[in-house]
Amino acid sequence: MAEAIATRAAYGRCLACIADKYPQLVVMDADLSKSTMTADFKKVAPERFINAGIAENNMVCMAGGLAASGKIVFVSTFAMFAAGRSYEQILNTVCISGLNVKIAATHAGLTVGEDGMSHQMLTDIALMRSIPELRVMVPADGVETEAMVEEAIRTPGPVYIRLGRSKVPALYDEGTEFEPGKIRTLREGSNVTLAACGIMVDKALQAAEMLAQEGIYARVLNVSTIKPLDKETILEAAHETGAIVTCEEHSILGGLGGAVAETVAESWPVPVLRVGIEDQFGQSGKPDELLELYGLTVHHIVEKAVKAISLKKAF
Amino acid sequence: MSQLEMGAQQWTGPAGNFPLTDIARQLRRDVINMVWAASSGHPGGSLSCTDILTYLFYQEMKLRPQEPAWPDRDRFVLSKGHAAPILYASLARRGYFDPAELSTLRQLDSRLQGHPHYGALPGIEMSTGSLGQGGSTAVGMALAGKLDKKDYRIFNLWGDGELEEGLVWESVMAAAHYKLDNLTGFVDWNGLQIDGPITQVMNPEPIDAKFRAFGWHVELADGHDFESLAKAVAIAKATKGQPTLILCKTVKGKGVSFMENQAGWHGSAPNDAQRLQALADLADPGTPGDPAAQKEVNR
Repeated sequence: MAEAIATRAAYGRCLACIADKYPQLVVMDADLSKSTMTADFKKVAPERFINAGIAENNMVCMAGGLAASGKIVFVSTFAMFAAGRSYEQILNTVCISGLNVKIAATHAGLTVGEDGMSHQMLTDIALMRSIPELRVMVPADGVETEAMVEEAIRTPGPVYIRLGRSKVPALYDEGTEFEPGKIRTLREGSNVTLAACGIMVDKALQAAEMLAQEGIYARVLNVSTIKPLDKETILEAAHETGAIVTCEEHSILGGLGGAVAETVAESWPVPVLRVGIEDQFGQSGKPDELLELYGLTVHHIVEKAVKAISLKKAF
Repeated sequence: MSQLEMGAQQWTGPAGNFPLTDIARQLRRDVINMVWAASSGHPGGSLSCTDILTYLFYQEMKLRPQEPAWPDRDRFVLSKGHAAPILYASLARRGYFDPAELSTLRQLDSRLQGHPHYGALPGIEMSTGSLGQGGSTAVGMALAGKLDKKDYRIFNLWGDGELEEGLVWESVMAAAHYKLDNLTGFVDWNGLQIDGPITQVMNPEPIDAKFRAFGWHVELADGHDFESLAKAVAIAKATKGQPTLILCKTVKGKGVSFMENQAGWHGSAPNDAQRLQALADLADPGTPGDPAAQKEVNR
């Protein structure tokens, strides 16, 4: 198994590794290159690194101009300022034009920690997945991050990749081959499905382990491509397990929970309970304290799973 | 639809000895006909920058209309994307597509969207319309040109009211920071925006001093005088190490007597009678469309 590493660190390392492989690759940042880790790319390809300064909207549009000139452009800043501040630039310049801009947004979610609510982006998946033509990816560990960076390069058009600040345990071996866009089933189970993304995948696996001790067999899905959603695997899970709990470091509104609920409601309605931030702002604190306070815990997933199973009868 | 006789006239190369004034008159007639046919659109700001686009597309830029993706072409970005009618007319008459298509402006399934859509039509370099964004993309194109050591040039046109967008100044700062002397900006300084004079709505002036303070070279030009524009562009091309702004004094609604200097014609379409009057104002001298002849027709 690979090492525990923050997905942002895997991202920076990957960019540096592939700098020579893709001469048309350009990386942009908005004065956060040491945090987003694009500084790793700058070290090996300084001529193709462009600092936009603290001007995210201009960065996104400049990336559009570079992409229209044949470049593959990665832009990085914190998720709050990428998906939040630059929402309309992403929509109106990048996505409307179908440009080859890859938005790799770091420090998403509560685990930004001490910086607090102004920097804790809890609604980016909802914002980004509502834009036509934009692919939305949330890798769960370092190995998957590296695979998704290359997948983004090979996929023409705009991509949003959500990355985190804190270290996450390794889920995959180095060199694992992933099928693009496909949900990865990490554990089989027939009583309930835990559909998770990002840092919550590891917690879902732990919850499944706890549930198994109670004789409840949970299927665990790593939904790392949220759009376009692998509906087939979601509906298969709805059909075969009859209840779903979604787990994400994001608002319960409009993110993974929303995507899953929309999908099953239209084709095979089963109870869908959502573990996530309950429609509120974050606050300062240590990442683990925050996850505990806002209910993004193994224990909470277990509770929701039991409740979801009990709701099956009601449907 | 016979009223909308746009004709097939195209000028497929630099105008040469052909008077740019004649081309500009044709493009202005196109603008009037398009907006009239669509019953919506932006005539005022299209007419104010018509001569700037005429100069660039028919005299200045290196273009291959039959090979729109030619990598070494000059690029024009219409940051004030609401002036789409004049961009479409300029492209059609320059040979990018059949001028007959101009009459489809703003209609369902038309390639001539209300604001320019990248990829919809050959010759459109960027989707614009959300003000402030086009200029930033032009900076990105200029950066790409520098990275690739190409000598093509980027021309971007802002509206004067557009300068109220903060994003414009982010891009202006970046262009100077990266010493983008392959980028030339134009401001269509017609002095009017939707709600009235720019100086009353939210004053962006002094425009020249602001750009200079941001590190740009600034040239003033008469935006309706081709010699003045040519002189300013020549200086822009000779200016090294910094981008150049050509601040173009213009008249909103230029060429149509009742539209000139009227903020109300920013985004309104002429009715049938107004269209005929506008076309009379814009008629080529000595043709049946000129004012004297028009009176004859109407009698």
